[in-house]
Amino acid sequence: MLLEKVEEISGENLYACYQCGRCTAGCPMSGEMDLMPNQIILAIIRNDESVLNARTPWICAQCYQCGVRCPKNVDIAKIMEALREIKLRKNVNYIDVRKINRSYPQIAIVAAMRKFTG
Amino acid sequence: MKLPYYPGCTLKKNAKNFEISAMAAAKHLGIELIELPRWNCCGAVSSLTSDDVMHHVAAIRNLVRVQQMNDDGILENEYRLIVLCSMCFNVLKRSNMLVTSNASMLNTINSFMDTEPDYEGTVEVKHFLEILRDEIGFERLKNAVRNPLKGLKISPYYGCTLLRPKEIGIDDAESPSIMENLIEALGGDVADNPYKSLCCGSYHTVGNAEVVAQRTYKIIEGARRNGADVIITSCPLCAFNLDNRQALTEKLYPGFKRMPILYFTQLMALAFGYEKEAGFDGNFINPIPLLEEKGLIGMKVQK
Repeated sequence: MLLEKVEEISGENLYACYQCGRCTAGCPMSGEMDLMPNQIILAIIRNDESVLNARTPWICAQCYQCGVRCPKNVDIAKIMEALREIKLRKNVNYIDVRKINRSYPQIAIVAAMRKFTG
Repeated sequence: MKLPYYPGCTLKKNAKNFEISAMAAAKHLGIELIELPRWNCCGAVSSLTSDDVMHHVAAIRNLVRVQQMNDDGILENEYRLIVLCSMCFNVLKRSNMLVTSNASMLNTINSFMDTEPDYEGTVEVKHFLEILRDEIGFERLKNAVRNPLKGLKISPYYGCTLLRPKEIGIDDAESPSIMENLIEALGGDVADNPYKSLCCGSYHTVGNAEVVAQRTYKIIEGARRNGADVIITSCPLCAFNLDNRQALTEKLYPGFKRMPILYFTQLMALAFGYEKEAGFDGNFINPIPLLEEKGLIGMKVQK
């Protein structure tokens, strides 16, 4: 089941979330997301596998703002990482490494490869 | 004071002026930053999964080098590792925290690195800004200034990895003051920015430059509304996104005016009288006209 898998990979207790929405309110990327961070948590709790096809975890830039503001200390960045990892561990890459512009700073290239390729 | 120093990849290429200016500023304050021998890339971002040990090896191997420098007599009982790049700082500190609180994980990593000495958990990862605040102090910094940045309105940009998560951040995650104090010590004026810790889009710059350019706009306009002439940062990825991406921001937002983006160490070097080492020719948006207009460069510095 999805919930179990996410809990195992992230190490987070998703039931701690009481849907206050502070993560979404503070998220700098929420405008680009199809599901808001708090909706992602709810979908996982409901074992809704369609959440694996959401754009949201790939838009998350791991800025940790949500985790800092969560009144229940849920580390939402870890939950987003778990959703990405479920895909990446099946060798489904989000970006084509061959298309990366090599003049970009190393820090950008290495980070993108770490987060978007398995 | 001799301190071991981890540069990270980007400071050797795209952000050379960050390293050179930091070295000059540190030397002026009596700090000798000694580059770690045989350092390797830290990985730029941390793996956040609970079952991933492999991706912490690179970070821990760097910490082993600090131990070796002490064993080899290059350092004398100095286990504070100084980092300039915010992202490297975050990664190294997180991996260090993980292994020092998880003996079995440390054991796995040590067994895996079978050609290296064991990591003993003795290293403390510190950002250079922390050394300025806690070791040098802003009062001493102020006294070291030879070319005060009078009339320059400087807006601090913290970004994410210097402040978050809380257990890694060097200052209050929601209301930091370390860069503001530095700006004041250098004789500059602080221009606040409500978006000073808003994420710039980070590594999305690789595949989704527009998302970054939109954030660049928001962050720069936030600083400009508070009167900023220039923004300072401590992250080479933020610097790329705020500086180089303004070319795209300009196309997305007609009427947008460019603003120079500098590393905080460049302004330190300038204020300490090392104009050449400040490396202003390395920034995408040329800060020299602004600094000339403010009378801060091309002047004889009083020694």
